[in-house]
Amino acid sequence: MTMIFGVPMAALMGQLLIGLINGSFYALLSLGLAVIFGLLRVINFAHGAQYMLGAFVALLLLTWTGVNYWIALILAPLIVGTFGALVERTMLSRLYKLDHLYGLLFTFGLALTIEGTFRYFFGSSGQPYPTPPALAGGVNLGFMFLPIYRGWVIVASLAVCIAVWLLIEKTKLGSYLRAATENPVLVQSFGVNVPLLLTLTYALGASLAAFAGVLAAPIYQVSPLMGTNIIIVVFAVVVVGGMGSILGAIVTGYMLGIAEGLTKVFYPEASNTVIFVIMAIVLILRPAGLFGKDV
Amino acid sequence: MSHSDATTPQAPATVPAAGRIKAVILLAMLGFLLLVPMFLYPIFLMKILCFALFAAGFNLLLGYTGLLSFGHAAFFGGGAYFTAHAVKVWGLSPELGILVGVAGAAGLGLIMGLIAIRRQGIYFAMITLALSQMFFFFCLQAAFTNGEDGIQSVPRGTFLGVLDLSNQINMYYFVLGVFLAGMLAIWRIINSPFGMILKSIRENEARATSLGYTVARYKLAAFVMSAAIAGLAGSVKSLVFQFATLTDVGWQMSGEVILMTLLGGIGTLIGPVIGAGLVVTLQNYLATSPLPVTVITGVVFMVCVLLFRRGLVGEFYASRIGRSLGFKSDS
Repeated sequence: MTMIFGVPMAALMGQLLIGLINGSFYALLSLGLAVIFGLLRVINFAHGAQYMLGAFVALLLLTWTGVNYWIALILAPLIVGTFGALVERTMLSRLYKLDHLYGLLFTFGLALTIEGTFRYFFGSSGQPYPTPPALAGGVNLGFMFLPIYRGWVIVASLAVCIAVWLLIEKTKLGSYLRAATENPVLVQSFGVNVPLLLTLTYALGASLAAFAGVLAAPIYQVSPLMGTNIIIVVFAVVVVGGMGSILGAIVTGYMLGIAEGLTKVFYPEASNTVIFVIMAIVLILRPAGLFGKDV
Repeated sequence: MSHSDATTPQAPATVPAAGRIKAVILLAMLGFLLLVPMFLYPIFLMKILCFALFAAGFNLLLGYTGLLSFGHAAFFGGGAYFTAHAVKVWGLSPELGILVGVAGAAGLGLIMGLIAIRRQGIYFAMITLALSQMFFFFCLQAAFTNGEDGIQSVPRGTFLGVLDLSNQINMYYFVLGVFLAGMLAIWRIINSPFGMILKSIRENEARATSLGYTVARYKLAAFVMSAAIAGLAGSVKSLVFQFATLTDVGWQMSGEVILMTLLGGIGTLIGPVIGAGLVVTLQNYLATSPLPVTVITGVVFMVCVLLFRRGLVGEFYASRIGRSLGFKSDS
């Protein structure tokens, strides 16, 4: 068996793959958080709950109405995005003029409520979501065995990340968004409907989380608690990357996912904490984060 | 947390009523606390006292320094673990065990604080949350915490070799004493020149810096003190319930203490105590219902943030009646 750095090549590649997949979710989720924070200045604690909602909507669509994975991949983000827009319009928008911490506290309460409700109806244990038939099986790459679905997750999340980046950096809508991030009052005085922009942004962030949730459904179990565990890690990812840049959030997400995967190979005991340790080190050396501007 | 939303006009010339009312309420509460174990289940009361102290210590940081920590469970649960270990494995007396717990929590606070105060506001909250989650995983894996089992059947021992704490009523008065000492310490801190500087940092950090104060050092000191009080609360709780488990270090606990403080009134001395009493009672009441407590907690959270951000006590102070009695919505 081929050995690299004293570990079998297959094990190393396997963990790298898992790291890359976790990184895909970190990237998608921290991207959503960064987009929301950029404009609304709200840390969306409910992001994990929205990720969980995405997975659950896909599962319920499948079991109740027989809607397949591919349609759920479009439909679930739309449903969760609409829900997000409603929350933003009716409640969250009242908090913008206050200290930003209230947004965090509100979305924390929202997350608790959503998760508690789902636990009440579906219990705490996970439910499996079948891998779509078109993506079942795997391919042998020679040095490792790649399950097709996992490859798809990496490709899909990369594609969505790039699409969102293009949307924000290269389109007219994105330019409004970036301008409103800099100075919402001025942009509004130019006749741009900033409140609508805020609602759309929150809906976009929520649907990104839901998209990640649908992608995650066949890999992890669909459970009401799946969101909270990941969101705290994503917070650390966001602190490391600094929320100043969209690209920074994406790159940091993948990097830390891979770092976590490598830790599983070389020092498994620390795999749960490695991202937090990296966060602490980054804070000591570069408080603004790797890509951040403001402290 | 800055009080940008507190647009209350200045209270009219302070009417002495507020001072007298406070004194009367204080005495009434003291009497109540001394007598109440005759009517209510002592363990339940001790639980409230522990959480009240925890919330009051947390409020020292949020209400008086303006720093929202989302990781105070680490100190509360850390204090519980350290004390439980010291008492059970090292065989220390309860007072020394509590000392170990408080010192451990303060040390933990120093480390976390040094890292977290490098960022402000919302980042501070996320960093403390992440660091406490790291501590959670540490507790999950470390040998002395026994992982999922926790440290069980912790002996209560005898306080100063005289007072047998295995007696429920003795234990209650011991916890009450610790609680009052802790509250007195908090009151002393916020009414000292040091406390004034903390409030000035809360109100306007840049200005405090321009006046020559090393803001970072004051924040760190407040963080460590708050951590020590949270640790004290956790230490005592581990003696009351005779176990220390992962529940006390989880992020849910950090959320609960925020809720208690928010519900009672951020930046008021008595608010967190009342908030803790309400939340613990609510949890006790809902413990048998099939509905997860988090649904209710979450809704209360949202309602508090949307409708009454000053909390129950804060809203009363700021109301017309409160103001006419001479209460100030701050401190």
